[in-house]
Amino acid sequence: MSETEPTTRDATGTVDARWLEAPCAALTVDPDGMVREANAAAVSLLPQLRTGEPLTRVVPWLATADGTSAPFADVVDGRTVEAQPVRQDDGSVTWWLIDVTDVRSVRDELKLEQARAAFLSEASAALLGSLNLLRCMEVTGELAVGRLADGALVITPAAHGRFQVVTVVRDRADSSRSTLLRFDPDEVPGLAEALQGFPPVPSRWIDPAIAPSWLTPAGFGDVGSIVVTPLPGHGIPAGALVLLRRAGCGPFSEGEEATANEFAARSGLAMSAARMFAQQAAITETLMRDLLPPRLQHVAGVEYAGGYRPSQDSERVGGDFYDVHPAVDGTEETLAVLGDVCGKGLEAAVLTGKIRSALHALRPMSGDHLRMLRLLNEALLTDDDARFVTLVLASVSRIGSDVRLRLTCAGHPPPLIIRADGRVEEAATSGTLVGALPTIEATTYETRIAPGETCLLYTDGITEAQGGPLGRDQFGEERLQRAAAECAGMPAEAVVERVRMLAAEWVGRNAHDDMAVLAITAPRGQHLTAVGGHGRGRYTA
Amino acid sequence: MTEHGRHGTSTSAVRRYADLLWDAVLRGDEYTAVDVVVDALRDGVEAETVLLDLIGAVQQRVGAEWAANRISVAQEHAATAINERVIGTLALTRGRSAGDLGRITVACVDGEWHALPARLLTEVLRLRGFTVDYLGAQVPAAHLITHLHRTGPDAVALSSSIATRLPTAHATISACQAAGVPVIVGGPAFGTDGRYARLLGADAWAPDARTAAETLRGGLPAPANPHAQPMDDLPHLSDQEYTLVTRNAPTLVATVTEKLRERVPAMAGYDDEQVLRTAEDVRHIVDFLAVALYTGDPDLFGDFLDWTAEVLTARSVPASVLAPTLELLGAELRDFSRAARLLRSAAAARAAIDHGAAPASPPTPGADDAPLHRTGRPA
Repeated sequence: MSETEPTTRDATGTVDARWLEAPCAALTVDPDGMVREANAAAVSLLPQLRTGEPLTRVVPWLATADGTSAPFADVVDGRTVEAQPVRQDDGSVTWWLIDVTDVRSVRDELKLEQARAAFLSEASAALLGSLNLLRCMEVTGELAVGRLADGALVITPAAHGRFQVVTVVRDRADSSRSTLLRFDPDEVPGLAEALQGFPPVPSRWIDPAIAPSWLTPAGFGDVGSIVVTPLPGHGIPAGALVLLRRAGCGPFSEGEEATANEFAARSGLAMSAARMFAQQAAITETLMRDLLPPRLQHVAGVEYAGGYRPSQDSERVGGDFYDVHPAVDGTEETLAVLGDVCGKGLEAAVLTGKIRSALHALRPMSGDHLRMLRLLNEALLTDDDARFVTLVLASVSRIGSDVRLRLTCAGHPPPLIIRADGRVEEAATSGTLVGALPTIEATTYETRIAPGETCLLYTDGITEAQGGPLGRDQFGEERLQRAAAECAGMPAEAVVERVRMLAAEWVGRNAHDDMAVLAITAPRGQHLTAVGGHGRGRYTA
Repeated sequence: MTEHGRHGTSTSAVRRYADLLWDAVLRGDEYTAVDVVVDALRDGVEAETVLLDLIGAVQQRVGAEWAANRISVAQEHAATAINERVIGTLALTRGRSAGDLGRITVACVDGEWHALPARLLTEVLRLRGFTVDYLGAQVPAAHLITHLHRTGPDAVALSSSIATRLPTAHATISACQAAGVPVIVGGPAFGTDGRYARLLGADAWAPDARTAAETLRGGLPAPANPHAQPMDDLPHLSDQEYTLVTRNAPTLVATVTEKLRERVPAMAGYDDEQVLRTAEDVRHIVDFLAVALYTGDPDLFGDFLDWTAEVLTARSVPASVLAPTLELLGAELRDFSRAARLLRSAAAARAAIDHGAAPASPPTPGADDAPLHRTGRPA
């Protein structure tokens, strides 16, 4: 520094010491291309720099810049130097040279890191969305192809000897294909271990020449490199990811491989969560099947329709239930039941399952409702888990175009009989609830309904629904009876739908109890002329 | 009844069958209704035409006749039940196609009771070769999403007839898209031009079942923006007006109903049940106001009021009671700038229509057994 100082000062005589000792390299070039002056920092950055020499000889790369506007950069001895020109009045140009090597490399690394983070974040978001295994596999394949490879195969461990394989190829619209394949995983080095999930194995490069043909998607072209990466899951292996690059694309860099591994970890977690969800959902569905309300239809010339709404929308079952048991040999009565177990949710539903099975077994006794209820009472009293239940039994048989009903309530709101002319009667039956007291009593009511008339069984979840336009009124029996009156002559499904809809609109967003309705209707149709029969008998047992 | 029957059956033949079906359905005569459909099929009317131009047309007529007070709400329900049974019979008489065009889940928005359009779409899609899971009416979003995770369909078709369900529809659309499944929507709730479908970020909209089937045949791409939040589509929600109006609806309805009684002398003598019915009508107006706030579309509210006025007039209830109700609501919601603006312009529009009519007289609940709240029918 001290050596060059006098030289430059001599050359111009106008040099400012502050400029000379500035920490930033600078040099001035005359209009004829000769280096007029250079400061200490410039000389130390560009040792070959000499004043009075043509720029083309001492700093050839800088001489190629036009020196008018934009900054100009080049790599000098492994350092990236940015040159910023300042044009002077006398036609000379002062170049300010800045060493940006570190800034640039940090910036490049940051860009790479940001891209990596963005990719992984995008991948996580896309993978988190679905709990469907096949969709997770498709998403995994599509993400891999979008960023890591030209082709990807997502393979899950075999079920019954066959592997689910999703193949995705870059730039092919229809590329996401799922197939079930039968193959020997040992054909692909590292694949068997990756699919086993444990012990953990690293990604493995394999020679494209020894890869089996099924590994290369149709029309993919020449394979340049193949890497097999395990997809780790929650304790259970999620599968393996095979990434393919076309010939000439170059292998994976260290950074790319790290990204691929991290991506594989996320995909694996998503896929194993989806797999667990599918297993749990299948178990739930199987166990739930018998607890769900049955699908009702016409039985022995009588219409039945049921509607059910659990107290929680997220649930599918609850403490209310209904069933229709057809007569076995066609001569007996059909037995319809609707009931309400104390409690809500799955626990109550499990108890309804027990009661429904018990009632099914007791069906041969249905000629005597009270006897049936007493047997059920004894069974419930001896079961430690059981709570009490209220219910209605309805024995139904067709007499000509009419339908005969024997109705017995056990601690339950009495059914409503909707007559063809819009009158609504309460069935005159009452009794004690079942499962709470050692002895129970109940009376049976018998009636007939003509075509178009309906017997409506319901649980108190309907009548006790809180809501209405002011949000504070109970739906109530009176309102239900008025609604029922409008349903005269309607098919069973329409009656049920109407009652459910009114209750749902009444309750709005408020909390509510389980709600169940069951309509037993004498069909209209050809028997329309029979409407209007009077003189129904009333018998009280 | 707008399209030609195919295979040589003329529009007039299709219309004749539709009239026959209408008579049978209105009588609640299931057997004749099934016979009409079987005859039409035997006559060469295509199954899809039977579904859409016989059954669908009859169902549309049911809604129109109800609005004009020519049939009762009970007849409306009964007609729908008969139509459902006819579809059930029709579905049984044909073999199922291979269903290899793809798998579609068809559902109604939670709170939607008009399931028939979704049912018709289901049958049309099955006819055309899709595998369809039909979830029916009143599907809680949680069940729908669980179903999507379990079955991984290619798309969800979501139906809604009532505009008041749009916020729920929006939440459901977002949830399906977050699960990676694209959503096509349809039904009057989304507007005759599908404007609310676009507003709520649905992947596709179809004005009818045929268009829906064609759109689905082309395949829907994966949702473009699977992690959108409701605020992304509707930034105006940040003013919380929708939330506050919805949350305080019962109080708001109670206050307005009370003040309406003070203002309209004839209402002073109402019994509890009559008051409750008035309150239900006010509640309906508040619900539509809330949806107008949600969508940010004043037309939605205006259209609803026009339709309400028509329905009231058809039932010999003076529609001029709407204006004082709007004014009272406006006074209650004066601190809510968007709501107040909506109510002001709606009240002005109603006042202009009522101009020259008798001064605001009360509705006469009890004169007719089918006031607005019974229906929730779309505009």
